[in-house]
Amino acid sequence: MALLEVKDLKVRVEEREILHGLTLTVNEGEIHAIMGPNGSGKSTLSHVIAGKPGYEVTDGQILFRGEDLLEMSPDMRAAKGVFLAFQYPVEIPGVATMNFLRTALNAQRKARGEDEFSTPDFLRKVREVSKSLNIPQDMLKRGVNVGFSGGEKKRNEVLQMALFEPSLCILDEMDSGLDIDALRIAADGVNALHSPKRAMVVITHYQRLLNYIVPDVVHVMSKGRVVKSGGKELALELEASGYAQFEDAA
Amino acid sequence: MNVAVAKTGKGRAVSDLFTSAEGRLPGSSAVTAVRREAFETYERLGLPHRRIEEWKYTDLRALVGEVLPLAAAPDAAALKRAADAVKAHAIDGAHKLVLVDGVLAADLSDVKALVAEAGFKTLRETLEKDAGLLRTASTDAVIALNAAMATDGVVLSIADGAKLSAPIQIIHIATAASASSFTRSQVTIGNGARVTIVETFVSADAKAYQVNDAILVSVGDDADVAHIRLMDDAPDAVNVSSHFVTIGANVKFNFFNMTTGAAVSRLQGFITLAGEGSELSANGVNLLQKTEHGDTTLVVDHAVPNCVSREVFRAVIDDRAHSVFQGRIIVRPDAQKTDGKMMTRALLLSDEAEADNKPELEIFADDVSCGHGATAGALDDSLLFYLKARGLPEKQAQALLIQAFVGEAIEQIADDGLREHVIGIAERWLERRQ
Repeated sequence: MALLEVKDLKVRVEEREILHGLTLTVNEGEIHAIMGPNGSGKSTLSHVIAGKPGYEVTDGQILFRGEDLLEMSPDMRAAKGVFLAFQYPVEIPGVATMNFLRTALNAQRKARGEDEFSTPDFLRKVREVSKSLNIPQDMLKRGVNVGFSGGEKKRNEVLQMALFEPSLCILDEMDSGLDIDALRIAADGVNALHSPKRAMVVITHYQRLLNYIVPDVVHVMSKGRVVKSGGKELALELEASGYAQFEDAA
Repeated sequence: MNVAVAKTGKGRAVSDLFTSAEGRLPGSSAVTAVRREAFETYERLGLPHRRIEEWKYTDLRALVGEVLPLAAAPDAAALKRAADAVKAHAIDGAHKLVLVDGVLAADLSDVKALVAEAGFKTLRETLEKDAGLLRTASTDAVIALNAAMATDGVVLSIADGAKLSAPIQIIHIATAASASSFTRSQVTIGNGARVTIVETFVSADAKAYQVNDAILVSVGDDADVAHIRLMDDAPDAVNVSSHFVTIGANVKFNFFNMTTGAAVSRLQGFITLAGEGSELSANGVNLLQKTEHGDTTLVVDHAVPNCVSREVFRAVIDDRAHSVFQGRIIVRPDAQKTDGKMMTRALLLSDEAEADNKPELEIFADDVSCGHGATAGALDDSLLFYLKARGLPEKQAQALLIQAFVGEAIEQIADDGLREHVIGIAERWLERRQ
């Protein structure tokens, strides 16, 4: 059974249809890249999979290990193993990162019927994970993302990914606002988390991110549909010739 | 004196209230005369209503209608329930003074320690000799009623230079339903003294009761004072509390109030900075739900130069609840170099929740730095979605954001243990909401 199956998905925002029948299948352990110009519906797809309000699904299905994801609240989707790494992670003043991580991790465990982490066990785990990602402890004492640089915010997303151990990671334009060093650090973190059981969907405009996170499959989106899929060489082709040819194809 | 002047049914009921209680009220004949005078003032004014500017948003005449009869002295069963409430609400390590239905319960209080450390007396004892404690300059009707009806309270005299290691916690417990209690306390803090006072208002099973409390605090020079009020009354209760503070020179005074209950509540604070070089931090949180009405009215009077005041208030309002914040900073003509700031924010959790914020500045000096701000809004959807996408159910995500919202006010409490105690009360409010 596929990990994620998006079948003929049609999505409206207010009166405008953004996704016009999108189909996508992701299996365990695969890395998929979704590329396309602005306005092609890439972020809409990631938001709808994660359950963000404001999108109306008019047709189609999203199945996660065969279960209907559209019937689940965003927190249930997270507990099932869906993780969206935000393009612009929000700042939450007054909520200490450590407290947020513990509350979220235990909420997910509780929803899955697992024992919650005790404080010492949680601290041990978070120290271990943050050390492996070179995240300084003082970042964890601050408010969630408050005063973080773009690179720190993305590393905080990777830290959460490592801590929550999701089965599907969707990286929404992870390269936004990152310089080349920060991009490499974040991509290294993502690669360290990739495993035969964990799939990654990398949403990006640019080929450069795919120098660091090498995809098994590249999809080109245009006007709310996947218009072409291929191997990693498709990204290089896009880099050379641009999206114009695919816009015509849509 | 004839107190039965009113002709209406409600007027007669008010007169009966005092007449029936008078025999049980402590004090000499001189005290009785002061009480009657105060009651006449109350009768003349009646319950405050919206045409009185200071009470515009908290129309007691409409919200409450009448004052309930004075609570009877608590019996053994009530004292047992009160003892259980003390266990639930006492702060670890604090010296306790417990007032049950408006009367000090010596057996539940740390009287011996406090007589030695803080010169403790009851209001009853004080009134045997002197009616001074019943007099205030205020013309407010509920304060006049408090003077007329006060049954007991605590009188503390902290000596010059005394450093009290443990907080003093005054716990007001209501056990009598459909009854009212009137308490009045005084705290005199000597020069260079350091003390923390916590006042807690709770119920032991009583529901529709009324509290009218007043506390008068006088602070000498160079003192360091924390004063925390926790109004955690039963959902059907009414609590109107008045708080008068006069602060000397070079004092650090940290005031915090949190309201987490009562159908109708009002804290009215009148704080005067009367000595130069003092710093006042006055902060508060209202957590309201259902049809609760919570009013915080604070007047900070800069009477002398070179003082600093900071006010941070937060209100979280759910269902059809109504929060009121009125903050006035007065800067007198001589109070040059005053630095006064006030910020109040309301978080509305439902479409029917209501917030009235009324910050005011009255500035009569020309070399000052003063400002105020007020906002009201809903929870940020993008923050809520971020938390839900990380596995937090809706209510839990809201709770985390609400805690963060009120955190800025609660963080002003310097003592770690007290801050945790206050956070615990806020968390219980959030659990009740869920």
